[in-house]
Order: sequence, then structure tokens, then C-alpha cells
Amino acid sequence: MAETGLTYTVYDADHMTQAEIYGAVLTRLGGERPDIVALTADLAKSTKIGKFGEKYPERFFNVGIAEQNLFGVGAGLALAGFTPFISTFAVFTSLRAAEQVRTDICYQKLNCKIIATHSGVSFGQAGTTHHCTEDISVMRSFAGMTVIVPADGIETAKAVAACCDWEGPVYIRIGRGFEPRCYENDQYDFQIGKSIQMADGSDLTVIACGPSVQHAVEAAKVLKAEAGLSVRVLNMHTIKPIDKDAIISAVHDTRRIITAEDHSTIGGLGTSVAEVIAETGKSCLLRKLGIPDQFAIVGYPDDLYNHYKIDADGIIEAANAIMGTELEADEDWEDEF
Amino acid sequence: MPLSNEDIVKLKEKAWSIRRMIIQTTIWAGGGHVGGALSQTDILAALYFHYMKIDPKNPGLEDRDRLVLSKGHGGIGLAVVLAEAGYYKDELLKDFNHTGSSFGMHLDKLKVPGVDASTGSLGHGLSISVGLALGAKLKKASWRTYCILGDGECGEGSIWEAAMAAKHFNLDNLIGFLDRNMLCIDGETEKVMALEPLTDKWKSFGWNTISIDGHDFAQIGDAIEKAKAFTGGPTMIIARTVKGKGVEYMEGKAAWHYGGLDSGMAEKALASIDRAYGKA
Ligand SMILES: Cc1ncc(C[n+]2csc(CCOP(=O)(O)OP(=O)(O)O)c2C)c(N)n1
Repeated sequence: MAETGLTYTVYDADHMTQAEIYGAVLTRLGGERPDIVALTADLAKSTKIGKFGEKYPERFFNVGIAEQNLFGVGAGLALAGFTPFISTFAVFTSLRAAEQVRTDICYQKLNCKIIATHSGVSFGQAGTTHHCTEDISVMRSFAGMTVIVPADGIETAKAVAACCDWEGPVYIRIGRGFEPRCYENDQYDFQIGKSIQMADGSDLTVIACGPSVQHAVEAAKVLKAEAGLSVRVLNMHTIKPIDKDAIISAVHDTRRIITAEDHSTIGGLGTSVAEVIAETGKSCLLRKLGIPDQFAIVGYPDDLYNHYKIDADGIIEAANAIMGTELEADEDWEDEF
Repeated sequence: MPLSNEDIVKLKEKAWSIRRMIIQTTIWAGGGHVGGALSQTDILAALYFHYMKIDPKNPGLEDRDRLVLSKGHGGIGLAVVLAEAGYYKDELLKDFNHTGSSFGMHLDKLKVPGVDASTGSLGHGLSISVGLALGAKLKKASWRTYCILGDGECGEGSIWEAAMAAKHFNLDNLIGFLDRNMLCIDGETEKVMALEPLTDKWKSFGWNTISIDGHDFAQIGDAIEKAKAFTGGPTMIIARTVKGKGVEYMEGKAAWHYGGLDSGMAEKALASIDRAYGKA
């Protein structure tokens, strides 16, 4: 069994990107597990999966610029009994090779671990061809696929280690560069499918994933100090299977929920949370923060997070708005029909 | 008609100024796909400044020739060429890659005048070009479609689907350029995923092929003339090029696929380009 207590210190998390940490963890796991093989499509350097290749060249396959082939070959290696880790950018994984991932990997319940980098608008300057604000939506719709969005480098290390022992296909989406550190150290319990409460609160819950988690934590502090609001923050690192219990408790305890993600507001974390809320039958105010139904503009990731209001400022603005909105009683609806 | 000596002198001047501006824009942008932008430069210069029928004052001209930069990461180079051709002012390039700019690394057709297709995801451009060329045939129009491919890009299966279709529909109004600089991101194409014998592959897909030195204007011109005269199918001009061409310290180096430049490096790059054109 792969060890999950990792030696990732705050120093590493501050000096390595999520992808660099991924490369280092995978290389270490490769020493423990001869069944691990690694594949990429001319992005060994960019995704850092190449670190594994430097150490274990015989277990590393670069198929050139050919993503559909990449995931098909990965499926074949899984059928042959290996545990393939496959990395390219999120957009080429979830859109270009979507059918290979769905039909070759998920349909056959293969043990492929897909670590996709440059997700969301984290490669902001590259424009729409390299943004990927649809992957959570696409990947979670594939039967049997587990979808994980680590909040920072430390959590990336934990997720990569954890997915090794998780049966079936896993999709882990990470960013491009120096996402803010969220965790002080790795002394916390990471379990696939179990969200992590970063702060407790009773007025409002912010449910976030990826880089938005740290922004939510900051926003909660400001809201406490400036508006006296008690804000619960949940790190929903696993989008599927989603932690229903935590969402239901948030509905019960706070009745107001904001979701924040570096992804389209269609089909991602916000939609996943909305589905759970709707099934509870309880009334709850929900605001979904993310990239609206548009192709995002070009820019630096931090500017884009601000522009699309998924950073601390945006979350604070949404929190103030949602606190000023009343939950309507059913009778109040009469005049609207 | 082959290019005259005067034409070649004029095109060299253009290429010199495009290469300098690519370096300048890379500085403004805080980084860029400088290697591939420099390898494709002479091909784009010959097309935009001699062969293509275009009207920079009227980018939507119905009868214009079209160009699809299938290796869309060369966008920084195409953006400079389009500025040089007069589609917009150079100054706009100062915002390249900046937040809210019309110019990202991969050019957006809806934001940058003169761009005929939005590209950047490799392996799409040749299919789009096949569609454009089919459209021209349907309309009985005389304009041509030019498509610039990366060599690493030819690893994409979709390129070969398009290759088959272009021959099947006998698209002699489609002319491809393969920027054969021998490198992709992770290193040499022949080590990452061997492409050779590449000319034979295009031939076996039914294409007319012409192999040239992609930095020699006389050869580029000659190849375009021959491709235009060829009937009954598409032509692929396989242009041997050097990634980073013109900047000595970048030439042939995979590490310069994408890079940023500090002022010292930029100065060295500009000096190197000037030397290459006898301007130093
Ligand atoms: C579908 C797709 N996969 C991967 C990439 C990432 N990528 C950008 S450029 C590049 C290498 C391109 O090499 P080549 O086609 O030889 O172009 P050149 O050397 O002329 O720059 C890669 C893999 C991409 N843009 N699109």
C-alpha cells in the first residue's frame, strides 16, 4: 500500500508547483510499485510526468502529440495489468480524448490514473484553446470516474498517493503554476470522497475546490472581521463521489451556500452541489461562482480569478449579497404566478 | 514567375523586421513561443508579402486567400506579420498576453483582424483548411487556402484524416507548408515519436510534395509557383527549417520552444538577428 503521510513540507509546497510535486510523488511511488507506468503526449516537461521518466525510462512512454492514442495506449497497458498514470493538459484530456477516456477507460473499468494539468483558466494567457472550464462537467458524467480537484500542492501529493489504491479510473485536475498554499502541513486526513472543513460557521457556507479554497478561507476571515459573519468553508476536493453529508449539514445549519471554482458554472462543483441541495427538498439559497457561460478572456490567472469573481473579493461580494437576500416563504410566491 | 532579386531583397527586409519584432513582442508579453515563431517566419513573409491575395484594409475581403496557422502556438509570429502587413498598428502588440488583451498566445479570429481561423489546439488546422478549400470549390472561387503545420503536430491522427480527405476531394486549391524544424516540446521529433519517412507519408496519402530549404526565399517562391500550377490534388511543401532561426543561441534548441527574455538576452537576440541580415 502506498504511504500517504508524505514528506511534503511547507518549503516544498512554497517552492514547487502542483505539477512539480506530482512529478516527485509519482517518481517516489514508482519505486514502491513496479505496476506503475507513465504516459504523456509531448508534455513530459510541462506536466512534470517526465520526472518519472528520468528515473524509470523503461516504464515511461511518450507517444508524441497524439492525445487520443495516448489514452487508448493507457487503456491497453491497464488491460495488460499495469497501473497507468497519464498526463497532458486538461483540455486535451477531457475534450480531445474524451471518448477514449469514456469508452476505452471508464467503460472497461480500467485502473487508469489521469492527472491533468493547466486546468481552468490557470494557463490564462494562452486563451481558450488552452483553457479548460469544462473538464469537471465532462469527467463527472462518465460512469465510474472519480473526480478530484486538490486545493494546493500538499493536497496534490495526498491525492496522487491516495488514487493509487483507489479502484478504477481517477481524474485529478491541477493548475499550471504557483497556486496559493492552503495547508500549513500535511498533518490532516485526506480521504477520497470526504470534504474537509477549513473553518466552521453558522451564517453561510462556502464550498470550494482547487485554488478557490484558499480564496474562500481568506474571504471567511475578512467577513468575520468586517461583517461579523460566521462562515463555514468546505474544501470539496472530491467532486465525485461528492460528500453529500457535508452539503446536507451545510443546508441544515446555514441555509445559504456559495460555491466557488475555476470552472464553468455549468456542470462543475456548483452544479454538483445544487443537485444534492435539490434532492434534500429543503429551501436553501445558492450562488454559483465560476466562469459564466462564455469563453474566458485572456490574462494572468490571478487577474482572471478577480475578473470572474472567484477570488476572495468575489466571494466576499457574493457573501454580502446572499446575506441580504431573504429566503422566501412559499406563500410569497403567489403573486409571481 | 520566379522571385526577382529585388523581390528577395524586399522579403529579406521584411523577415529581418518580423524577427526583431517577434523578440520585442516576446519581451512585452513576458514570454512567447519564440522558437517556432522564428522557424515559420520566412514562409509567412513570402506568403503575406508576395503571394497571397489580401487586403489588410478589408480583412473580410471575400476573394482573399486564406491562411490557417495550424501550429497555432506560432501566433506571436503571425500577429507580428499581420501588424507588418498593416492589419493593425504594432503598438497593439505591447499588450500581447496581458489581461484583457485581444492578443493571447494563440490568436482568436474574433479578436485579431486578418486571422482566418482560431487555432492553438494542434491537429485541427488541416481539417479546417480542407473545409475552406471545399467551400472555395463549391463557390467556384479562385482563392486558395494555405495551411502551416508543425512537424510534431503531424503526430495527431486528425492530420492524417484531413490528409486523406484533401486528396479524396482533389483539393488543388489547398497548399500546405510543413515547418520541418525537427523539434517538438520534449525534444527531437525523431526521438519523441519518429515521423520519418515523412515526405513518403504525404506522398502515399496522394499529395504532391515539394521539399525545400524553408529559409531560402528563392526556393520558397519556386515551390509556391509549382504548387499553384499543380492540378488534381493538394500540395505539401516540406520546408526544412531551424527552430529559433536568426537567434544563434536559440537555433536548434528545444528549450526555446517557449521562453521569456530578460533585457540582456533580448539585446543578444536582436544583435544576433541584425548580424544575420548584415545590419550590425
Ligand atoms: C492538441 C495539442 N496537444 C498539445 C499541445 C501543446 N503543444 C503546444 S506546441 C507543442 C509542440 C509543437 O511542436 P511542433 O508541431 O513541431 O511545432 P514547432 O516545433 O514548430 O513549434 C505542443 C505539444 C497543443 N497545443 N495542442
